Amino acid sequence: MRSRRWSRKQEVPDPVDLLPRLGAFARLLHDAGVEAGPRRLTDATRALGYIDLAQQNDFRSALRSVFVGRKEDIPIFEAAFDIFWAPPDPRVTAGMIPGRSRSLPLSPERAKAWAAALGMNRSAMDREQETRDYAASSSGYSADELLRQKDFDEMTWQETEQVRRLLAETPWRVAERRTRRLRPARSGRIDLRRSARHAIRSSGELMRLFHRRPRVRRRPVVLICDVSGSMERYSRLLMIFAHAIARREDLEAFVFSTRLTRITRLLRQRDLDLALDRVSKGVHDFSGGTRIGDALGEFNRRWARRVLGHGAIVIIVSDGWDRGDPEHLTAELKHLRRSAHRLIWLNPLLGSEGYQPLTRGMAAALPHCDDFLAAHNVQALEDLGRLLASLDSRRTRP
Amino acid sequence: MIRTIDEVEQRLREQRYIGDRALATSIFLALKLQKPLFIEGEAGVGKTEAAKVMADVLGARLIRLQCYEGIDLAHAVYEWNYPRQLLHIRLMGEGEDRRTAEREIFSSEFLLRRPLLDAIDNDDAIAPVLLIDEIDRSDEEFEAFLLELLSDFQVSIPEIGTIKAKQVPFVVITSNRTREVHDALKRRCLYHWIDYPDLDKEVEIVRARAPEAADGLAREVAALVQGLRGMELYKVPGVAETLDWARSLAALGATRIDTGLVAATMGAALKYQEDLERVRGEVPALVEKARGA
Repeated sequence: MRSRRWSRKQEVPDPVDLLPRLGAFARLLHDAGVEAGPRRLTDATRALGYIDLAQQNDFRSALRSVFVGRKEDIPIFEAAFDIFWAPPDPRVTAGMIPGRSRSLPLSPERAKAWAAALGMNRSAMDREQETRDYAASSSGYSADELLRQKDFDEMTWQETEQVRRLLAETPWRVAERRTRRLRPARSGRIDLRRSARHAIRSSGELMRLFHRRPRVRRRPVVLICDVSGSMERYSRLLMIFAHAIARREDLEAFVFSTRLTRITRLLRQRDLDLALDRVSKGVHDFSGGTRIGDALGEFNRRWARRVLGHGAIVIIVSDGWDRGDPEHLTAELKHLRRSAHRLIWLNPLLGSEGYQPLTRGMAAALPHCDDFLAAHNVQALEDLGRLLASLDSRRTRP
Repeated sequence: MIRTIDEVEQRLREQRYIGDRALATSIFLALKLQKPLFIEGEAGVGKTEAAKVMADVLGARLIRLQCYEGIDLAHAVYEWNYPRQLLHIRLMGEGEDRRTAEREIFSSEFLLRRPLLDAIDNDDAIAPVLLIDEIDRSDEEFEAFLLELLSDFQVSIPEIGTIKAKQVPFVVITSNRTREVHDALKRRCLYHWIDYPDLDKEVEIVRARAPEAADGLAREVAALVQGLRGMELYKVPGVAETLDWARSLAALGATRIDTGLVAATMGAALKYQEDLERVRGEVPALVEKARGA
C-alpha cells in the first residue's frame, strides 16, 4: 500500500490555518481558469475532515476530486498544488499573484513558478489591458459593398475593424438536423402517452389524438484553421470570423501550423480583442510551417470522437501549401469525411484570378471534400453562411 | 460501513478490481460527502466496472441507467401505465364508482417505475448504487433534469407529490467525453479521471480478471497493449481489450505470444481497419519488445 508522507522538509498543513490557506488555494485555481467557487470550497473543507492530512497523496487526491472537473484542468491543478503546498518559504506573504491586484500568500519566487506553469510571461500579464477606442465609422451601404468584395489580403487595419463589425452583424445560421427527442406537434406520429392521458381525464374515451415530431437542432460546426506562414495574411480575419460564429453557434475551433491546438475555450471570451489575445497566447506556432496531414491526423485521433457527434459540419481553412506527404493527407481526409456530416474546404487563394488548385496538397484534398469555396473576402464568407444554412437534414452526397 | 481509504482500496481488491489510491480516495469521499462520483476516461478503462464493483463492496443493489440520445423522463424516472389506467376506468360503471376510479388510477399501483425513481424510492436495507452510464450520450435537456435530481435527491410527480430519498444512493456517473458535460452538473459531483494503467498494474489487472491466462502470457499481452498505446492509432485499445485479448489467447491454449498468434488475434484489441493495417507490419518488433518486458 502506498502511503507517501509529506517529505521531511514539508510540514503537515496545520488544521487551524488550513481554512484560509484553502481559500487562497481556491483563488489561485480560480485565477487559472479552474472553477473553484464557494460550493467547491465547502466540499473541499468537508472532504478534508475525512482524510488523514499527514498523507500527502490522499490530501492531493481529495482536493483534486473536488476542484477538478475536466481532464484538461488536471495539469493546472497539479502545478498549482506543487507550488502552493510546497515547503514554507521564509519570504512568504509579500507576493502578488501575477496579473491580479489581490495579494495572495505567494512569495515572488512562487508567483514566478506559477506564471511559468501557466505558460505566461510576467510582462504580458502585468500589462494593463489596453482600452482601445475605435470611432464607429459611418460608412454607408455602398462602402460596405466595396468592403465586402475587397480581398482580406489588401485591407488596412481600419478596414479589418469594419469587417469585424460586418461579420458581427451577420446572422450566422447553421442547418438543422433531426434529434431523437420528440416534441408535441400538430401532426406527425401519434403521441400515445398524451392521447391516453387526455382520454383518462375524459373518462376513458379517446376523444382526441395528439401528435409528436422529432425536435430539430442546429448542427455543430467544427472549424480547423491553417495559421501557418503562408496563411498569415488571412489568419487575423479568420479568427475574427471564428469568433463571430462562436458567439452564436455551437462551434469547436482548432488552429494548426506544425501542430494542432484547440482554441474553442479561448474564443468563448465575449470581447473580441481579449479573445484574440488569448488565442495568440495559447497558440505557440502561429506562422510556422504546414503539415496538414499530420494536423488532420491528430484531429482524427484525439478529437474526432469528442467533437464530431450529432452530425457535425467540418470546415477546413487552408491554402493547401503542404510540406507533408499528399498520400498521408488523403488518408486522413477520407477518414475525416466518413465521420463528418459535411466536409467543406475554404481556400483564400480560390478568390484570386486564375487560381488553379495545383498545389500538391490541394490536388490531393479536392476529391475528398464536399465543397470547395473561397474565403478571401466578406462576400465569400457570406456565401459560406448561405451554404451552412441550406444544408439539408439528410445527406446529400453523390 | 467503510471508515478509511485503506478499507476502500482493500475491498476493491477483494472484488478483483485493481484501482489506484486516488480512485479509492475519490470513492471514499463520495461516500462520506454523499455526492455523486463523476468518472471520466477513455473507453475501456473500467469506469462502469468501478460502479458494479462498488455495489458488491457495499452489498447494495446496482441500478443502471444507460443513457442515449433523446432519453427522457418517461424512460428514466417514471411513466403512468396508461393501458391499465384506461382499462380500469372503463371497467367501472357510471357515477360514484367512476369518480373513485379516477382517483385510484393515479396511485403508485399504476406507476411504472424507471431506474431513477427506483434509486430514490425503494425499501432496500442498504442504499443502492445508481450507475448513470455514458451520460455524454444523452442531451442537454436530460442533464438539466439530472441537475435537480442530484442536488436534492427528490423527484416530483404532479399527481402524487414529491418523493424524497429515504437514503441517498451512491451515484456513479460515467462519461467517455464524446462531448463536454455541462459544468453545472459536474459541480455537483466529485470528479475522477481514470487513466490507462502502467505495465505492472495492467499485468495485475489481467491476472485478477483473466486468471485463465498463464502468468507469462498475462505479462506479454499487457506489454503488447502498452506498446500499441504508444502508436498513432485511431482507436487506442483499453484495458477491456487487453482482457479480451488475453482471454482469446488463453482459449487458443497459448502460454506465450508469437508473431503468428498475435497477427491472427489482433482483432481483439484493434477495431479499425486502418489501425490493423498500420500495426500489421510492426507485429514482429512489438512481439519481440513485449516478450522482453
